[in-house]
Amino acid sequence: MIRVDVRPEPIDVAAELAAHDAGGHGASASFIGRVRGDDGLVELFLDHHPVLTARGLDELATQAAARWRLGALTLIHRVGAMAPGDTIVLVLASSPHRAEALAVTEYLIDRLKTDVMLWKRETFADGRAAWVEQREGDHARAERWD
Amino acid sequence: MRIAYFAWVRERMGIAEEAVELPTGIATVGDLVRWLATRDARGARAFAEPHRIRAALGGAMVGADAVIGDAEEVALFPPVTGG
Repeated sequence: MIRVDVRPEPIDVAAELAAHDAGGHGASASFIGRVRGDDGLVELFLDHHPVLTARGLDELATQAAARWRLGALTLIHRVGAMAPGDTIVLVLASSPHRAEALAVTEYLIDRLKTDVMLWKRETFADGRAAWVEQREGDHARAERWD
Repeated sequence: MRIAYFAWVRERMGIAEEAVELPTGIATVGDLVRWLATRDARGARAFAEPHRIRAALGGAMVGADAVIGDAEEVALFPPVTGG
């Protein structure tokens, strides 16, 4: 079962894992991305497109399913305002064997940094706010999968 | 046609989207960005560095040479930073 979602509500990792794992799978891998409170960060805001962000995640899930034997996939990205410690993104990937589950997880987290319409803005305790710049290394990682 | 703006492009334009009649001669995404940069002061701020602008047309990310045609929406935004 493939589940993809974009939502402003908090991601309940335990509940999502329970739902994902209900079928029982040979191998499951996970990635949990959380807001870091570095340098006095007080808010991370994720801007998104009301239609195309979800479509981009759907397309990544479809590509992953075509490339690897997937037993189940959960791909959830939060948007809007978040605080340090909040979960931004959750990837749960299951397959008959570990190599595929791990590869799918890494593929999805690499590609969603370059292929999906999401933008981060950081606000700090001193009032500074700045949009995060894309890192060159993110492209290099994403292109490994081409 | 509708133009939708995101992230700092939206902040610099001061609006999330607008409906526009494309002037004659604006055929591609690159043409549109160059036109917006010269249209008014906020456009000049948002599109001063065209190489930092990305676009989506009909639901797909496209390059500056993509032809707008009869697309309903062009989205203009900085390089994405999700994950």
